[in-house]
Amino acid sequence: MNHPTEIPTRRDLGADLPAVTEDQRHIGVAIPREGVRRLTQGRGQFVDDIELPRLAHVVFWRSPVAHMRVTRIERSAAQALPGVIAVVVGAEIAAICKPWVATLAHLAGIKSAPQYPMALERATWQGEPVIAVVAETRAIAEDALGLLEVEWESLPAVLDTETALDPATPLIHPELGDNLCFTRSLDTGGVDEAFARPDAVVFEETYVFGRHTGVTLEPRCQIADWNPGDQKLTVYHSFQAPHMMQDLYCRQFELQESQVRVVCRDVGGSFGIKVHAYPDDFATVALAMLLQRPVKFVADRLESFVSDIHAREHRIRACIAATQAGEILAFEIDDLTGIGPFSMFPRTSGIEGNQVVNLTGGPYKHKAYRAKLKVVFQNKVPTCQYRGVGHPIACAVTEALVDGIAAKIGMDPIAFREANVIPDDAYPATGASGIKLEILSHEACLREAKRVCGYDALRAEQASLRKQNVYRGIGVATLIELTNPSAAFYGVGGARIASQDGATLRLEPSGVLTVMSSVGEQGQGAEAIFAQIAADAVGVAIDHVRVVTGDTDATPYGGGTWASRGAGIGGEAVLQAGLVLRENILATAEAILQRERAGLRVHRGAVIDARTNERVLELAELGRIAYFRSDTLPKTFTPELMVTRHYAQRDYPFIFTNGVQVSHVEVDVDTGFVKLLKHWAVEDCGRVINPMLVDEQMRGAIVQGIGGALFEECLYSEDGTLRNGNMADYLVPMAGEMPDIVVSHVQSPTRSSQLGAKGAGEAGTAGAPGAVMNAINDALAPFGARVSSQPITPEKILRALGKI
Amino acid sequence: MKSPAFDYIRADSPQHAFELLAKHGDDARVIAGGQTLLATLNMRLSQPALLVDIAGFGAWRGIAVQGPTLRIGALARHSEVESSPLVARHAPLLAQAAPHIAHRAIRNLGTFGGALAYADPAAEWPACVLALDATLVIASAKGERRVAAADFFQGLYTTAMQPGELLMACEIPLIADGERQHFSELSRRQGDYAVAGLAARAKVVGSRLREVRLAFLSLGDRPIRARAAEAALQGGTFDDARLAQADAALRAELDPFDDLTHSAAAKKQLAATLMRRAVAALLQR
Amino acid sequence: MKTPTDSPTRRVRVEVNGTPLVREVECRKHLIDFLREDCGLKGSHLGCEHGVCGACTVRLDGQIVRGCLVLAAQADGHRVDTVETPTPGKRLKALQDAFVEHNALQCGYCTPGMLMAALELVEHKPEADRAQVREWMSGNYCRCTGYHAIVDAVCAVLEQQKAGRFADEPVDSADEVRA
Repeated sequence: MNHPTEIPTRRDLGADLPAVTEDQRHIGVAIPREGVRRLTQGRGQFVDDIELPRLAHVVFWRSPVAHMRVTRIERSAAQALPGVIAVVVGAEIAAICKPWVATLAHLAGIKSAPQYPMALERATWQGEPVIAVVAETRAIAEDALGLLEVEWESLPAVLDTETALDPATPLIHPELGDNLCFTRSLDTGGVDEAFARPDAVVFEETYVFGRHTGVTLEPRCQIADWNPGDQKLTVYHSFQAPHMMQDLYCRQFELQESQVRVVCRDVGGSFGIKVHAYPDDFATVALAMLLQRPVKFVADRLESFVSDIHAREHRIRACIAATQAGEILAFEIDDLTGIGPFSMFPRTSGIEGNQVVNLTGGPYKHKAYRAKLKVVFQNKVPTCQYRGVGHPIACAVTEALVDGIAAKIGMDPIAFREANVIPDDAYPATGASGIKLEILSHEACLREAKRVCGYDALRAEQASLRKQNVYRGIGVATLIELTNPSAAFYGVGGARIASQDGATLRLEPSGVLTVMSSVGEQGQGAEAIFAQIAADAVGVAIDHVRVVTGDTDATPYGGGTWASRGAGIGGEAVLQAGLVLRENILATAEAILQRERAGLRVHRGAVIDARTNERVLELAELGRIAYFRSDTLPKTFTPELMVTRHYAQRDYPFIFTNGVQVSHVEVDVDTGFVKLLKHWAVEDCGRVINPMLVDEQMRGAIVQGIGGALFEECLYSEDGTLRNGNMADYLVPMAGEMPDIVVSHVQSPTRSSQLGAKGAGEAGTAGAPGAVMNAINDALAPFGARVSSQPITPEKILRALGKI
Repeated sequence: MKSPAFDYIRADSPQHAFELLAKHGDDARVIAGGQTLLATLNMRLSQPALLVDIAGFGAWRGIAVQGPTLRIGALARHSEVESSPLVARHAPLLAQAAPHIAHRAIRNLGTFGGALAYADPAAEWPACVLALDATLVIASAKGERRVAAADFFQGLYTTAMQPGELLMACEIPLIADGERQHFSELSRRQGDYAVAGLAARAKVVGSRLREVRLAFLSLGDRPIRARAAEAALQGGTFDDARLAQADAALRAELDPFDDLTHSAAAKKQLAATLMRRAVAALLQR
Repeated sequence: MKTPTDSPTRRVRVEVNGTPLVREVECRKHLIDFLREDCGLKGSHLGCEHGVCGACTVRLDGQIVRGCLVLAAQADGHRVDTVETPTPGKRLKALQDAFVEHNALQCGYCTPGMLMAALELVEHKPEADRAQVREWMSGNYCRCTGYHAIVDAVCAVLEQQKAGRFADEPVDSADEVRA
């Protein structure tokens, strides 16, 4: 077959729900993004594309070992190399940049040690920046790096989470008293009773998730530009949350917000990697201030692997109890997760484990749940939030347990889920872990998943192929995903991270619209959906809408992109501002036309007679008069054709979404190699603004999840150095091994906003590892073999099969 | 990852190249396709003072039949070998192996001779020329000499080539009547270095295999002929018992290293599976 | 080993997107840095600088190469084409349109390299089926899209080609040009 997979026959989902605007013709429609055409012509504006006068380049000498005390640094040869501007050590940076401690008040008991932009005398992970070399070109800076003489004393490294808390294990930060960052226990009560019931069937397993990382194709990069003439700092950043960094630069460098501007233009992929405050980020800003010229930092790929945050290193002992009749009674987990030597700033490295505790068992209606969490320090690259944040782990564990117990009881995996999910009419509901669920659609999604993948036919084919020694598996994962967070996520803990966002809409004199939003664009299509919403909210054509994001000078104040909040929160602000602008346009028309506004509407670029639909005043004409002919307007009236509205989600701690994924695989039992045959995702993210963009978010996220499930792991040697920190040895998913991914939509709008949109950015990653692992285990079932450690490699499959 | 500084000269003839290499010794490196060399330079794993570009030697590029052999010039690009009708007809093993070499963009520049001279044990061409009983033609200021593939690969990234020598061509016996060739490899992703690979050929006479050659890649520090398995496979009528013998012989004679994610035991299992499947393919065709 | 204490340079003449350019460059400079720094063309990107991710894929004498694994010095006397060409051929234009229509790009960082790789497929493997498209495009990393939409876009253009849409535009042939 050589034609594209079926373009969704449903290109317009808007008609399935009540409209939120008059003449709604863009919201809900799969409109291609004209705004990315320039990227197909190589006309992006990524950070490394920006040239500034006297631009200098920084390269960092990073610790080559897991733990060391620097004993000697000889810089003279490096400093003498022509083209080198400065060679700077940690103490010189610390003189102008304060250290930080990454804790938050709402993670009770979390602790971490003060961290500096560059190590002062002790480096605690391989990759920690120690010395900065600034030169006229990157090449010269790297030449100079080779001329540095550095001596150090190796120190014992903490590299094993299982022994990190043993009394014999050295303390990374003696002043903290142990290597424990954060611990939490949750117990609903009734768990032991549930497991002890005479009719209870129990399934237990231990799951391991390998540490892996984001590998954004555009590496982390920025240009810090300090202008001593007006004492202002401008940072061009590849980043997800410009206001957050604006705030942090102020606090770390004792500046006022009025002195700091952060600009994010094109961002080459982020996924959470670019939402944290890195030590080399602060170091780059410090260098710009010390040297009084712009300084560019672009992490090269080898550097990225040992400096970008890592994520998802867990060992989870888990068990589930259900009745023989198929009712889930209880879940229990014990999660041990290993981070770096510091909790990462400012969101902390405790959130991931915390979410595993909150989300395990999430789709199901059981009441009994017990969870223990320990987050321990190690001398490895620091870890923090990366797409999905705990969800992929919680879902994989939950769904593996569910498959395991269903098999033990002898029930079909989908039938078992259908019997145990919180029913669609039971909302609002509270999960066993205490999570508040507004409205989900597990039953509808399971029905749709069964239908769209042709489940019964897949099972029949599986049975017949087994007779020919071909082993295929079908794996299902039901998931919940938190989106549209309230201030309960960070704000309540004391973090200056905005959970509200704003949108400013301005009608230009010629009748076109400019939208300025505090939520940014990293490729997911935020700018496109804001244009769709604004066009419908105001009543103009979408090609008359221009969107501006990613500039603290130009947009409202807000939180940016994370936790799948862009559509739901940013979109709502755009909608509200647009509706008010529409009203203001009508008020202006009333003043111009001297007609009652009740008899007027805004429609497709003009003010029209509400009764006859006659166009009575083009918006271009309204704009001309409003801006240039105020002499013709009543003195009592001033047009307000620029409107700002903010929005924060305040009904729930989070607005959850839900979905179901199905993975179809074939396992070669002689080699352990897995072929991904196909993948289906049914997702409910509330009102869909653009189905094509949601489909593509799902696909990208699913493939990212598959990466962790089958391919990606940061492999450490026994001395704590990374063995595979390059693109040849760290395996990211490429096109050849990935399946076609079919996406189906269910829409259960949230009532926490008028728009009703929830988030869609992370659900794919949340469900894919669980679905794929379940599919592999389903394929291996005839052999009584199971795998429970990700990434699932041929080695692990061969061992499970007893072939080696 | 900017490479250290070096000078660059395009040699206008092989003689010119030999003079430059003699003059600069260890400070000079030869660049043909550069697909391996430039990556190592970008990572600063090597710091030559001079690169001598030999890619312009037109006479070293062609693919032609010369008597009983197919002669592939050392400077033939991988993509030229991949699409050559002569290769497809006379050495189909190479045509089968070519699509596994990295990706198209690399194959457009990387050279046949460059891969052989670099002798990565995970590369495809070394195992292929070993299985094909090819001859390597080596040139130097003193003239030409020929080395059999079986003697050419001597260790990890180590060949029979001496300082000042350049690989000029490879001579491959034309596929004979009744001979079949089969290349296969197992890699985690298309284009990755193989976890295990097999270049196999044999004469198929009725239900017997003769002159079996099994050359494995990624199973040692160089391409490995599995001679005990070859001996077990050929001779008498081929049946399940013979295959089982060959399997046991193979597992006994191979001594692979662990790699980052696969144990030696897994590698043996993969090699044995490749052999079974290759034999089945050779017998069916 | 002796390394030069200064960095030797060389004058190179390269035809870039149809325009002959002459520049003095360090011998060590690779083609992507040459394009970005010496030619002001920022459309070719670096993702790994060791030839694996494909972000740097450009055309040299009509064939795709990894720009990070080619020296500007090696390109002296040759021609380079990127997606920034002011005169895209019909196939490239069709691919650019298809990428937009199918949302086969999100952040856009991999896109120039993807388009170059896809163009060579359309030119040289017109009969490629969906699996072969996937295999061919396996040399280009994308973290955003999950590849499905990219494969859709390339397949759509292959269908257009089969329907004769580019019949009046010959394929750029590399064979005659290479020295």
